[in-house]
Amino acid sequence: MSFDHRHLLGIEQLGPDDITTILDLADDYVTLNRGPSKHSDVLAGLTQINMFFENSTRTQASFEIAGKRLGADVMNMAMQASSIKKGETLIDTALTLNAMHPDLLVVRHPHSGAVDLLAQKVNCAVLNAGDGRHEHPTQALLDALTIRRAKGRLHRLNIAICGDIAHSRVARSNILLLGKTENRIRLIGPPTLMPSQIDQFGVEVYDDMNAGLADVDVVMMLRLQRERMDGGFIPSEREYYHRYGLDEEKLALAKPDAIVMHPGPMNRGVEIDGTLADDINRSVIQDQVEMGVAIRMAAMELLARNLRNARSSAA
Amino acid sequence: MTATLFTNARLIDPEAGTDAPGSLLVRDGRIVAAGAEIALPEDVEPVDCHGKCLAPGIVDIGVKVCEPGERHKESYRSAGLAAAAGGVTTMVTRPDTIPTIDNPETLEFVTRRANAAAPVNVLPMAALTKGREGREMTEIGFLMDAGAVAFTDCDHVVTNTKVFSRALTYARACGALVIAHPQEPGLSAGSCATSGKFASLRGLPAVSPMAERMGLDRDIALLEMTGARYHADQITTARALPALDRAKRNGLDISAGVSIHHLTLNELDVADYRTFFKVKPPLRSEDDRLAVIDAVHSGLIDIICSMHTPQDEESKRLPFEEAASGAVALETLLPAAMRLYHGDQLDLPTLFTALSLNPARRLGLDSGRLAPGAPADLVLFDPDVPFVLDRATLQSKSRNTPFDGQRMQGRVLATYVAGTPVYRRD
Repeated sequence: MSFDHRHLLGIEQLGPDDITTILDLADDYVTLNRGPSKHSDVLAGLTQINMFFENSTRTQASFEIAGKRLGADVMNMAMQASSIKKGETLIDTALTLNAMHPDLLVVRHPHSGAVDLLAQKVNCAVLNAGDGRHEHPTQALLDALTIRRAKGRLHRLNIAICGDIAHSRVARSNILLLGKTENRIRLIGPPTLMPSQIDQFGVEVYDDMNAGLADVDVVMMLRLQRERMDGGFIPSEREYYHRYGLDEEKLALAKPDAIVMHPGPMNRGVEIDGTLADDINRSVIQDQVEMGVAIRMAAMELLARNLRNARSSAA
Repeated sequence: MTATLFTNARLIDPEAGTDAPGSLLVRDGRIVAAGAEIALPEDVEPVDCHGKCLAPGIVDIGVKVCEPGERHKESYRSAGLAAAAGGVTTMVTRPDTIPTIDNPETLEFVTRRANAAAPVNVLPMAALTKGREGREMTEIGFLMDAGAVAFTDCDHVVTNTKVFSRALTYARACGALVIAHPQEPGLSAGSCATSGKFASLRGLPAVSPMAERMGLDRDIALLEMTGARYHADQITTARALPALDRAKRNGLDISAGVSIHHLTLNELDVADYRTFFKVKPPLRSEDDRLAVIDAVHSGLIDIICSMHTPQDEESKRLPFEEAASGAVALETLLPAAMRLYHGDQLDLPTLFTALSLNPARRLGLDSGRLAPGAPADLVLFDPDVPFVLDRATLQSKSRNTPFDGQRMQGRVLATYVAGTPVYRRD
C-alpha cells in the first residue's frame, strides 16, 4: 500500500497508486458505514480541528462525521466569526492552533494557496477542504469512488464536466484526478466560465453542450454561484439553463447508461433539472454524499498513520 | 580636492559601446579622461582595479523609499545604503508614499531627508495627480522648481482620459516627463497573475497580457494628441512591443522601461504561491520574457530598473491574492542583470546603456557615461564571482527579494558618487 504524504493538499501531489490506495480503503469504510456499528478507533486519542474560513454545511458535516466515526476528538471552528474579524492573520491563527497540539487540521479558505501556506506553519497533518479556485481533493476522490463503484472501473471513461469551470476548485481537482487515471475529459461551458489555456491540460473543450455530451459515460455538473448569474459572466439564469442546464433531452445524447453527478448544493432549474437530479436510475448524487464520508475516513486514517510513524521515528 | 586614477580596469562605456581595458582619471568629482593609456599625474592616488569592470553608476528610475509614512519598511538611510551596495549611484524615487508626494512642501521634506541620509544621489519624482487619484493635476510647475524630475501616479492608472490629456498637455508646456503604468485597469481588476496555463492550474485570478497593450495603445493615442514627454514604466509583454515600436517610428517622445524581475523571472517562479514573486504587473510567460530581452537588446525598450518595492513580512506572509505586491531589488539589480550577460543575451555595454546611460539621458542628467566632464558616479564590479544570495545580508529594512537562496554571479566591489567611495566590499 502506498501513500507517503504528510498532508492532503491537492490531487496534484498524488500519484495513481496513492489514489487507488485511498479508494480501496474507502470501499472498506463504505461497508462499515452501512453496517450496524459504525465505529472504529483508528483515530482514538487524536484531535481533529475543522477550520472553515468559508461557509460550508455539507463538507464540514462530512469531515465531522468521518472524524467521529474513527474515534477522533473533533472540534469545529467557524472562522468567519472569529479572530480573523479582529485582524489576526492566517499564520497567527495557525500558530495559535498549533500550540494546542492538534493532529489533523481540516481547512477551507476562500483564497487559492492559503491551505498550502498554513500547512507550512503547523506540525500536524493538514487536509485541504477547498482553497479558493485551486483544489478540493476530497471532492475529486469521492467523485472517483462514486464513478468506480457505478462503472466498475476508473479508466478509459468519457467524462464530461459541465458549467462554471473557471471558478471551480472541484473541476480543477477532478481534471487532475481523472487525467492521472487515464480518462477522456471533456469540459463543457460558456467560454466566459472557462479558465484560460485550459485546453493545455489534456482536455477537450466544448461550448456546445449537445456536442460535448455525445457518448459520454459520466456527466458531472457543477454548481453555478449565484453572484455569477446576472450579466457578468452569462446573460441570465434562464438562458444558461436553456444552453447549459442538464435535462432529459440533453442527457439522451450521452450513453444510455451514463450517470449524472453533482457536488451539491444544487440549483434546481439552473444547472440541472430537478426531476433528473432525483432519478435514482441516472443520478448518483446521493451516493456522492455517502462516498464523501468514506473517502474522508480513508484519507484521515492514512494521514494519521503517517503522522504516528513520523512521530515514533522522531522520538 | 584630490584626484584618483583607476588603473588596470575593464572599462564599460555604454556611450561608445565599448568593453575594453584601460584607465580612468577623476578629478574634483568629475571624469577627466578615460582610455587605454593615461599617465599617472604626480598628485594622484592610483586605484588598481585588478582587471575588474568599471562602469557608469546605475540610474534607477522608480525606487520606492517608504518615507514619509512607512519608515519601518525602508528609510532614505537604508535605501541609500542598499543602493550604494548595489552600484546604484542615482535613485529616482517614487511618490507613492503615505501621504502621496504631490505638493512642493512634502517634496521639500523628502529632499531634505534624502540629502541628509542617503550616500547616493536622490532625485525625487512627484505625483501627476493629487493623491494619485486621477482627478486633479498637481502643481507641476512648483514641483519642478522644488526638484521633481518626473511626474507619475505609479501603478495607479489615470482612467479619466480628459484628466490625463490635460495633465499631459500641461506637463508638455513645463517640459516635464510623465511616467505612466500602461495597463487597462478594468481588465486587470482583481488579478494577481498573468492568465494562462499556470494561473489556471493554481486557481489565481489572472489578467490577460493584452491589458498592457491596451493601456499602452491608449497612452500612445493621448501622446499623439498632446505631444507630451512620456515614459512607460514597465513594458513586460510581447504583444505591447509592436505598438511601442510604431510610436517611436512615428516620432513621439516616448521611452519604455522594464524591471529586472520581468527580465530574469517568469510566472512559473511563483511555484507554490511564493508571495515574494508577486510583483506588479505580474510575472509573465517565458515567451514574453524572451521577447522583452530582445527588445532591450534592440533598444526598443530603453531602460532597465529595479522597481525596488519594500514590503515587510506581515504584508507578504499572506495568501497570494491578499499579499502585497513588489520586491526589493536595489542590491540584486546588478547581479541579476549579470544573468543576462552570462546567458549571452546582452553584453555589458548594452546592459549599462539600459541601466545607466539611457535613464540619465531621459532625465537630462550628464551622468551615465565615462566621458570627460561627466560626474564620477561609478561602479566597480566583478561580473564573474559566484555567490548564493542570503536575504539577511541585504541593507534594505525589508528583505522581500525573490532571489533569496539563489545562485548569482557578479557582485559590486565598490561604488563611487562624484569620485567619493560610498561603498567598498571587504
